[in-house]
Amino acid sequence: MSVPGITHTSQYLTFRLGDEVFALDIIQVREVLDYTTLTKVPCTPDFMCGVINLRGSVVPVVDMRLKFGMPKTEKTVSTCIIIVEIKTGDEHIIIGALADSVQEVIDLDPGGIEPPPRIGNGLKVDFIKGMGKRNEKFLIILDIDRAFSDKELSEMETDFGIGIPSGGAEESGNKKAVHGDLAGQ
Amino acid sequence: MAGFEGFEDRHKEVFREEARELLSELEGSLLELEEDPENTELIERIFRAMHTIKGSGAMAGFDEIVSFTHELETAFDLVRDKKVPVTKELIGITLTSRDILRDMLEGTAGSSAGQAAQEIISNLKHIIPEFPCSGSKKVQPHGINEKALCLPGEEKALTYRIRFRPNQDIFKIGTNPSFLIDELRALGDCMVIAQIDSIPVLSEFDFEACYLYWDFILTTSHGVNAIKDVFIFVENSSELKIEVIDDGLSQSPDYKKIGEILLEKGDVSAEDLRKALRQRRNIGSIMVESGLVEQGKLTSALAEQQYIREKRKQFKEAEAAASVRVPSRKLDVLADLVGELVTLQARLNQFSLTENDSELVAIAEGVERLTDDLRENIMSVRLIPISTVFSKLKRVVRDLSSELGKEIELEIEGGETELDKSLIEKISDPLMHIIRNSIDHGIEPPAGREALGKPRKGTIILHVFHSGASVLIQVRDDGKGLDAEAIRTKAIDKGLIPPGVEIEGKDIYQLIFASGLSTANEVTKISGRGVGMDVVRKNIDALRGTVEVESWKGKGTCVTIRVPLTLAIIDGLLVKIADDHFVIPLSIVEECVELTRSETVGTNSRHIANVRGEIIPYIDLRDIFGIGGTPPEIEQIVITQTDGRKVGFLVDSVVGETQTVIKALGSTFKKVDWISGATILGDGTVALIIAASHIMKLWEEQGAQRTACKAE
Repeated sequence: MSVPGITHTSQYLTFRLGDEVFALDIIQVREVLDYTTLTKVPCTPDFMCGVINLRGSVVPVVDMRLKFGMPKTEKTVSTCIIIVEIKTGDEHIIIGALADSVQEVIDLDPGGIEPPPRIGNGLKVDFIKGMGKRNEKFLIILDIDRAFSDKELSEMETDFGIGIPSGGAEESGNKKAVHGDLAGQ
Repeated sequence: MAGFEGFEDRHKEVFREEARELLSELEGSLLELEEDPENTELIERIFRAMHTIKGSGAMAGFDEIVSFTHELETAFDLVRDKKVPVTKELIGITLTSRDILRDMLEGTAGSSAGQAAQEIISNLKHIIPEFPCSGSKKVQPHGINEKALCLPGEEKALTYRIRFRPNQDIFKIGTNPSFLIDELRALGDCMVIAQIDSIPVLSEFDFEACYLYWDFILTTSHGVNAIKDVFIFVENSSELKIEVIDDGLSQSPDYKKIGEILLEKGDVSAEDLRKALRQRRNIGSIMVESGLVEQGKLTSALAEQQYIREKRKQFKEAEAAASVRVPSRKLDVLADLVGELVTLQARLNQFSLTENDSELVAIAEGVERLTDDLRENIMSVRLIPISTVFSKLKRVVRDLSSELGKEIELEIEGGETELDKSLIEKISDPLMHIIRNSIDHGIEPPAGREALGKPRKGTIILHVFHSGASVLIQVRDDGKGLDAEAIRTKAIDKGLIPPGVEIEGKDIYQLIFASGLSTANEVTKISGRGVGMDVVRKNIDALRGTVEVESWKGKGTCVTIRVPLTLAIIDGLLVKIADDHFVIPLSIVEECVELTRSETVGTNSRHIANVRGEIIPYIDLRDIFGIGGTPPEIEQIVITQTDGRKVGFLVDSVVGETQTVIKALGSTFKKVDWISGATILGDGTVALIIAASHIMKLWEEQGAQRTACKAE
């Protein structure tokens, strides 16, 4: 059983988020960097970690764990930033993605990739292109374009709003509710 | 052939760029001519612009433009010869044709442009009875010139060598050769050398015979047929030799040797030439001395040599003097690279200070000096005078005022002020909206003005000047001013301000920039939708600039736009909140004051500072950006001039001034408008640049929210 859209054997970069192993089509990966100082952009959603200086260009970095509903990434020695090129609409955007560790580059042929299961993985199925198998273990092949598609980014945008400086609303849940009110006004 | 097509496209693009400039020059000159119809220099300039468009258009293959410009040029040729007066009507038609040409150039009009062009031509024919026509068979007494003008094609200027030796009986058949010479001269740059060597001795002289013959060197774009036409009536009885000697393509200033010229013309035989050459002296004089060639013929050959050399030199000088045309994209790349260099140099500086090595410090300082110079030079290359957008504005004033039946004069001061090219492109739309507003709402109709004791003619003054690192553009009119009451009522209607809130002076006028607010009671073609000023505000914001409005009822309105000199690199004030760095553009910073904890006690978190008796509201950036932690005992308020008001920004500490190379945050953050960009600091980390006016706007909106919350 194969996944439509995956017809050729290609190479995948595997990396860890928590206990899970994920894979990205190598075509979309530009480079892998060590963790560097991040500059937080105020009033952006939590999964947006901030921006880094990538040889003179400013590149946003997202925390994939938060994006996929896992707990926030804790910085360790093996924390990496995977620089990926994603396509939203007609635009190509360069984005950095935090990963707990980067593992290896592997070949997977289309026959070895199965469609994502509908239930039981605790992740949003939309972001999964397929499930690969490696040493009897499953790999989750990400559809990074979709994970950071127009809709996802615009969702992030509507989430903005300057925190109300009246104290008390420190918790993010609370904050969001207030923002919702604001947006409604 | 892809390569060839690429070349052709590039060629066309170069032409488009050139033509755009020429068209705006044409527009400017036409508008000036309207005010000063007798100015021959202006007419010359217009004619030249048309001619250049035609010439380069032909080379780039824009046939439609060429044939249309040709007709216009014909009309202005008549104007130049004072056969047709300069009228408002003529200028109007020509301005419209300029627009059609632009449409043709950009390819936006499609087939309608051709039709419009036909209409223009027939209009021109209507107002210029003398307008010659390529189609008509009517022969005018001195019509040869005009006929030649109408000849299609053959646009390139060539240099011809012409020998005209009339029959000795030419006077007897009633032709005066001097008329022919005059006609030939009218075709272009012409040099005439009379040959006198066939004049006989006096005893044999026939007083009715023409012994003279002439050599001409003529540079013309009218083609060989036009030359032949001049001699059409004497062709059969005379000896006429026409040869092309310079095709205008050769760049070399050197021309043929004198011997070669004489040989080519058949004035000397190859044998004689060789003989003379063997003597290795000044060839011309040898040949005259030895009687191989007559002095006159030599003069002619020398003149030809001289003439062509001059022509080529002129051409070369014109080429050299003219500026280099560089695509602005290349300049952008250059500016980017300098930006990188500035960033790197900042790192070097920081490193050299920590290393404590005096030699390294000296090197770092040297690099800093050089980088500064380089940056300034690159920026100055990108600067162009703002007057380039003014011709468009003049046109708007002219067209709109006549449409609305108002009399308006546009005065310009400081048109030579230079601004970054990309800024100029973005500033022209806002300026146009402001001027349209002034014309439509500000300036009263002539009768109304007279009744108010104002001069009949309204004035709009456009004043541009430098002020520190910004450029100020003021648009001032002497119209009726803004109606503060009407704006207040409208704003309350639209829910822009709560009914109870009192807004004073400048703040009221600031409301005109809100979207959807227009005090005009009806929507006209020109304005009243409440969109224009909103566009102004948005565009100026995007340039990190500010807009202010002042108004005096019954006396006029003054809109002041303040924009930074350049977009790529600014001077910034680096501030720190917790561990995060932020940059506030130095151009808006007025001063920094300390705020101690004790001062804030008892103010009920109202965020108001007392600076030497002046009440200044401030925004707590730590709070508003949701940065946690406790602020230090002594904080700093950076007081800025934002949208015409003093507003403070509370930060932990001020680090100092920094050269800020602005990097775009990219489309991911396109909605984050309280950050205008990012910059890379000396240690390689990223600092965000604060967009003060946006933060203030959001803060105010939330302030209203807060009051509402408290009321509950």
